[in-house]
Amino acid sequence: MLDNTPNLQDEAARQFQICNSCRYCEGYCDVFPQLFALPEMTEASATHLANLCHNCRGCYYACQYSPPHEFDLNLPAVLAELRQDTWERHARPQALARVFHSHGVAVVAAMTAGFAFVFFLMATLRPESGDGFYAYLSHNAMVAIFAPAFVVPLAGLAYSLRSYWREIGGGRITWANLRHMSGSVARMKNLSGGAGQGCNFEQGTRYSNARRYAHQATLWGFVMCFAATSVATLLHYGLGWEAPYPFWSPPKLLGVPGGILLCLGTGALTWLKLRADPELGAARVWGGEMAFVLLLFTVSATGLALYAATGTTAMPALLALHLGAVFAFFVLTPYTKMVHGFYRTAALLARR
Amino acid sequence: MGATMLQYDVVVVGGGNAALCAAIEAAEAGARVIVLESAPEHMRGGNSRHTRNFRCMHHGPLSVLTDTYGEDEYYDDLLRVTKGQTDPTLARLTIRQSEACLPWMEQHGVIFQGSLSGTLSLDRTNAFFLGGGKALVNAYYACAEDLDVTIRYNAEVLHVDLSDGRFHGVTLADGEQIEGRAVVLASGGFQADLDWLARAWGPGAENFLIRGTPYNRGVVLRDVLDQGAQSVGDPTQCHCVAIDGRAPKFDGGIVTRLDCVPYALVVNRDGARFYDEGEDVWPKRYAIWGRLVAAQPDQIAYAITDQKAQGLFMPPVFTPIKADTLGGLAQALGLSGDALEKTVARYNAACQNGNFTPGVLDGLATNGLEPPKTNWARTLDTPPYYGYMLRPGVTFTYLGLKVSERAQVQGTHGPLPNVWAAGEVMAGSILGQGYLAGFGMTIGTVFGRIAGQEAASHAG
Ligand SMILES: Cc1cc2nc3c(=O)[nH]c(=O)nc-3n(C[C@H](O)[C@H](O)[C@H](O)COP(=O)(O)OP(=O)(O)OC[C@H]3O[C@@H](n4cnc5c(N)ncnc54)[C@H](O)[C@@H]3O)c2cc1C
Ligand code: HEM
Ligand code: SF4
Ligand code: SF4
Repeated sequence: MLDNTPNLQDEAARQFQICNSCRYCEGYCDVFPQLFALPEMTEASATHLANLCHNCRGCYYACQYSPPHEFDLNLPAVLAELRQDTWERHARPQALARVFHSHGVAVVAAMTAGFAFVFFLMATLRPESGDGFYAYLSHNAMVAIFAPAFVVPLAGLAYSLRSYWREIGGGRITWANLRHMSGSVARMKNLSGGAGQGCNFEQGTRYSNARRYAHQATLWGFVMCFAATSVATLLHYGLGWEAPYPFWSPPKLLGVPGGILLCLGTGALTWLKLRADPELGAARVWGGEMAFVLLLFTVSATGLALYAATGTTAMPALLALHLGAVFAFFVLTPYTKMVHGFYRTAALLARR
Repeated sequence: MGATMLQYDVVVVGGGNAALCAAIEAAEAGARVIVLESAPEHMRGGNSRHTRNFRCMHHGPLSVLTDTYGEDEYYDDLLRVTKGQTDPTLARLTIRQSEACLPWMEQHGVIFQGSLSGTLSLDRTNAFFLGGGKALVNAYYACAEDLDVTIRYNAEVLHVDLSDGRFHGVTLADGEQIEGRAVVLASGGFQADLDWLARAWGPGAENFLIRGTPYNRGVVLRDVLDQGAQSVGDPTQCHCVAIDGRAPKFDGGIVTRLDCVPYALVVNRDGARFYDEGEDVWPKRYAIWGRLVAAQPDQIAYAITDQKAQGLFMPPVFTPIKADTLGGLAQALGLSGDALEKTVARYNAACQNGNFTPGVLDGLATNGLEPPKTNWARTLDTPPYYGYMLRPGVTFTYLGLKVSERAQVQGTHGPLPNVWAAGEVMAGSILGQGYLAGFGMTIGTVFGRIAGQEAASHAG
């Protein structure tokens, strides 16, 4: 029924069995208390626990059995592999997920294709008139391209999440589950190390909150940028108030700080990732993950540059770069690291 | 021979909890400190790497500890397990100072967590380390590095120069010599030296498993005893528990323990029972089973349960051997099927009706069986049957250095002026026999801190 690598499941089960007899890491995250409460380990439980794991790495550096010990404990890595396997298995088509998750080059190629596509549109569809960037690509053309580029991938992702939810037996969502999930996501609790000391990432055995804060900037920056676009769409259709918006307007007040946060956050995540040990994650997808972070960075950096370049001759080129990156980001959503937020949210929501 | 001579204020021999507490205290007092750890970096931290908690006196809730655990109650608990074989002055000193240790540990990076699931009874007496002892050791190494303590891995000390009754320097395995004004010996026990164990226990010791680090071979202990340092404790005493026979020879740690004995029948190589499995609840009995198994032929025993007992004890790390018949199980375990079936039949015939209640002494005892099983004696009759192999697992040895209240090592003519000791290497001064969960780390922390302060003030 499950076509995932049996070795990975066996390896996770082997390590879980050791942890279950040890329990020293109980206080780091949600994974351990849920693991210890299981009457027996099943593939579905292992998949669920893998998606619950936030890769904080506390349990690796604290483990008296980490390699070269013969028990060879590396829970963050095996859970990252299992998570990766979940994402690729539930994606449709799976082949696309395999390519984009593990090959940074493919992500960069998609981004470049996005630029070229938008350049082409701008060259062929240039409107007669229009203000700001609508002088280069009309609002209707943008909607015609971006609405399906947004909706279709999201529908695909929804399908994947539903099949994941069935696999793990997520159950009915209660208020208590919702509260638990939103509290955990808002504070990124599972990257806090359990006592607020943070995780073990760029400094090895020492704890640090750098990744947690960088992720908060990325997450909230992204949410603000997304909100800026949504609000602009409402203003456009609801109030007939069209772009370009002045600085003191809801889209800009959300988008500019959001863009800055996203830029700083992804910049910091890149810096941190270069300093961390790739062997404590899913090493085979390191390149794809890095490209995903850089894709987000490009989205935010080109967006900010576009704003800064208002009225200059650089504007059309930056517009193409920004829209191209956004386009690639949307289309790739079900096939990149972007799915992590959805799966982790689902894992936090699942019946405990 | 490496001619480089380095001079430090305080030389710390060892790299576990006691050594690091001493190094941190000495460095904070302004001393130039070097830590010599015989293990490579990934194995640093000795047995302390395997621990999970320490026992702490406290008045009112303290950090993760609930309620109150006073000096007298703590001392009574200690007297009970050591059967009085303890030095009252040193024991009470350790207990009293434990209360100040907890905040000190937190200030130096140790993070505590509530007591682990399955150990609820300890949340008043024992503070658990988040992530266990290795996380504690990591925190202390980071702290020592920040204090500019020099740390050397792969630095086994072979000889401590105590000529003229005072410390001059140490010699490492590669011949390098390091000089210092004072030394803190914190190199653990000698349990990883199987020959030494065999001299004390007899040849059966070759079959013992060592639960902790392979680096505690007692090299330094032997060396300073040979130079006239005073010893305490009985060389034949060691903390020895029954663990899974499939555990690695060294360093298997906590997960190799087996908690099934009270709900099992335990037989030896010949398929015969040899002790009351249900004498008391497991936390009060696990430490005697190491010796019991050590006394059996080939130092091996087998715990047999049936389906009814599954889920009554902490899950073992190695999947048990399973079979649908007792004969099949015996064969899989390499026992005589006849002997096992006879033992079980005799036991089943001696079982009586009554209420079986796991976790508490339920008084459900056998009738007319020798040796009896005095609690949880239910018939063994529901397949599948499970078999667990038991071997003696040595935690630590008791023979150690005699120290004063100031952690100073005693020579033939009184205290050695610039030699201190802390942790397992002197724990025999306090623990003559028996063991109280979490007390090893308390001794190491209390005496490590004292030794570090004293050594620094001597050097400074
Ligand atoms: C599996 C297990 C679980 C335990 N759990 C607990 C618990 O929960 N609570 C508790 O209080 N106690 C526990 N104990 C006991 C506890 O480990 C010891 O009491 C405590 O760690 C002793 O600390 P130490 O610093 O004296 O020795 P160690 O931590 O063993 O350190 C000795 C150090 O000396 C080094 N060394 C040895 N020889 C040399 C040499 N010649 N030159 C240089 N360095 C050398 C070693 O490499 C090591 O770093 C446990 C023990 C085991 C095995
Ligand atoms: C909503 C719930 C979310 C959760 C629970 C979550 C959780 C996490 C966690 C735990 C990590 C670190 C471990 C890992 O690399 O897998 C991570 C990494 C990351 N997240 Fe999120 N995230 C969420 C949403 C988002 C969003 C909305 C974005 C931005 C669009 C985002 C962007 C990133 C990036 C860029 C990384 C770094 C990837 C890497 O280092 O390889 N996350 N996330
Ligand atoms: S990761 Fe290691 S220390 Fe943590 S619970 Fe598992 S076995 Fe124990
Ligand atoms: S890596 Fe962190 S989140 Fe994942 S299981 Fe280990 S401690 Fe928990």
